[in-house]
Amino acid sequence: MSEELNQGLGTANRAGNREQTAAERPPVSPNGLDKEVVLAIRNLSVVYPTREASIVAVNDVSFNIFKGELLGLIGESGCGKTTTAMAILRLLQPPGMIAGGEIILAGKTDLVKLEGAQLQAVRWRDVALIPQGAMNSLNPVMRVHEQIGDAIDAHVTPRMSRDEIKQRILTLFGLVGLPARTFDLYPHELSGGMKQRVCIAMAIALNPALVVADEPTSALDVIVQRIVAQNLLDIKNRLGVSILLIGHDMGLMAQLADRMAVMYAGNMVEIAPARTILTEPLHPYTQLLIEAVPTIKTRKPLKLTEGLTHDLRYPPPGCIFQSRCPLVMEVCRRVRPPLKETKPQHQVACHLYDALQ
Amino acid sequence: MRGLTGKYLLKRFGMFVLTIWLGMTIIFIIPRLAVGDPTSALLGRLMSKGGNVENSAELIARWKDRFGLDQPLHIQYVRYLYNTITFNQGYSLSAFPATVDDLIQRTLPWTIGLLVVATLISFVLGNAIGALMAWRGTPRPVKSLLPFSLVFTSIPAFMLGILLIWVFSLTLNLLPYAGGFDRKVSPGWNPEFILNVARHAILPALAVVLVRMGSWALGMRGMMITADGEDYMVMAQAKGLSSGRRFWKYGVRNAILPQVTALGVAIGSIAGGFIIVEQIFSYPGIGSQLFRAIQDNDYTLLQGIVFYIIVGVAIAVLILDLTYPLIDPRISLKKN
Ligand SMILES: Nc1ncnc2c1ncn2[C@@H]1O[C@H](COP(=O)(O)OP(=O)(O)OP(=O)(O)O)[C@@H](O)[C@H]1O
Ligand code: SF4
Ligand SMILES: [Mg+2]
Repeated sequence: MSEELNQGLGTANRAGNREQTAAERPPVSPNGLDKEVVLAIRNLSVVYPTREASIVAVNDVSFNIFKGELLGLIGESGCGKTTTAMAILRLLQPPGMIAGGEIILAGKTDLVKLEGAQLQAVRWRDVALIPQGAMNSLNPVMRVHEQIGDAIDAHVTPRMSRDEIKQRILTLFGLVGLPARTFDLYPHELSGGMKQRVCIAMAIALNPALVVADEPTSALDVIVQRIVAQNLLDIKNRLGVSILLIGHDMGLMAQLADRMAVMYAGNMVEIAPARTILTEPLHPYTQLLIEAVPTIKTRKPLKLTEGLTHDLRYPPPGCIFQSRCPLVMEVCRRVRPPLKETKPQHQVACHLYDALQ
Repeated sequence: MRGLTGKYLLKRFGMFVLTIWLGMTIIFIIPRLAVGDPTSALLGRLMSKGGNVENSAELIARWKDRFGLDQPLHIQYVRYLYNTITFNQGYSLSAFPATVDDLIQRTLPWTIGLLVVATLISFVLGNAIGALMAWRGTPRPVKSLLPFSLVFTSIPAFMLGILLIWVFSLTLNLLPYAGGFDRKVSPGWNPEFILNVARHAILPALAVVLVRMGSWALGMRGMMITADGEDYMVMAQAKGLSSGRRFWKYGVRNAILPQVTALGVAIGSIAGGFIIVEQIFSYPGIGSQLFRAIQDNDYTLLQGIVFYIIVGVAIAVLILDLTYPLIDPRISLKKN
């Protein structure tokens, strides 16, 4: 027990020293073009067919994930973040299905077109998952090392010996600050933070190009949240893995993300470097979102009180945000604003910036 | 053996002893609720029904002497407990001077053999069918055929037994329908005898298996669907594991746990239902013996059989209880 605490404190201290807000960090590469694109999502649409009409949970969404970056995907509950992530992993649970678009891995493979054995081979080797609920994501009847080991076993050829696998797993534990004794434990013998770190270790077991992390810290207390967040930064910096991080904790996002993508009701409304999103948000929704972030020192009235105002099955024509937008114009009710680059590296879907292109 | 702590062992064994003690006490009390001396009363009833009890005077004398029936109740009780657990339950009323324990020990192996085999087969088969019914990766043709294996579930075992006899013995003349083996083969560990026993066991076992299988399958299907919705199944898929590994190590391995618990609960009723099946097939087991004991008004033999059934069920439950922590690591933590 004390062992784990020491480990935890060690990592927490390191986190404390290194802590930087996105605003202080230098911006990533002046223009995104010279960076290698790990995953390109093109016009992705995901629907959940229901009896009357389909819910369009992801509507014609396009974005890139660059090598070695941490892209934060934010937006309120139900806006389609998990659906986007699961579509990328090809793990949509029925009735959800990809209605159109491409998910291009490393400029070559379209994940949408893969099936069966090909899909199985790409999974974990190229794209891994850190799940939303680490609590139930580990098989309760298998020891930790078996669960990491079977992922390694399923993908590495020629097969690694038991000893090699053990060494690999212990190295992974080192990277995320897990004590070696975790190796032989069952999930119920781990604390929540340890479970989440096991999931992180598992995700990087095959050194994938991309790790999708769906609210990896949501069920943890603040201290453990910071430790896990630091783990994510560590693996990004040390291994150069790209991370798609989903979450609605703006504070944490600001600490971690290189770029941020803002979703609203299944649509991508703004993508920009993290500090730009925080300091000069362009989309009215992003502006409200940033303003609504509570701070410890000052109280402010919550401007963003309503949830989604339209039925996802019947989106209005024109801008998706029109019913809540304080700046709505006549054109917004007719024409859907496309996501366009208005400033270098800054994309926004809003008619206010039509003149800027 | 991480789950088997001393405390867990002690608790389970305590339950085992308690079950048997309660059963014994009930067996002791019931005949004594009637007025008068139970032995004479029983014999009297036997004779009034025209039964022929030879040496009845000697029987009563030997009985009273051995079991102290003229002693006060609490002494009787202690002696009864002692005699029962030392397998000294006295004489059969209908087959004197044969003792109850001798008689039962002759039929017991037949029942245990058939019952254990039939229960295991129905458990394994039923769970396999249920798991495949729920699994998304099951090939379509297999999936559409599986539900047909469940049509027998709603028929009582004894009626299915009669149906099986009619089809396989009387109409098709394929399998024997009565007894445990043919008189013409000589009992012993020779292949001819073993084969003969197996042939005789097929129909009664089938009656139990077909009826029981369905409930295991339905239970397992539900458990498997639940397991399939768990996050660890999504993880297994995300890890790119083969369908086989996901099915066994992630799906079945988790879904089977409540089924094992259910087996512990069901064992008593399985044993109960089996008694009737034995009678239908004139199987030389404890079930047929129980019937005979009832017909002959052999109350002591009846008591003995009930005692053995209670012990048998308690042992089965104990074995399951002790196995369970080995298959579910969460059951009890090793504290050190
Ligand atoms: N199985 C389903 N059937 C029908 N609709 C679904 C299903 N799963 C999700 N949806 C709908 O899709 C939309 C997007 O859901 P999703 O889970 O992707 O949201 P999210 O952004 O991850 O939310 P949260 O922050 O709460 O996790 C929601 O409006 C939801 O109602
Ligand atoms: S397009 Fe119009 S309605 Fe939509 S966010 Fe911009 S100003 Fe508001
Ligand atoms: Mg979600």
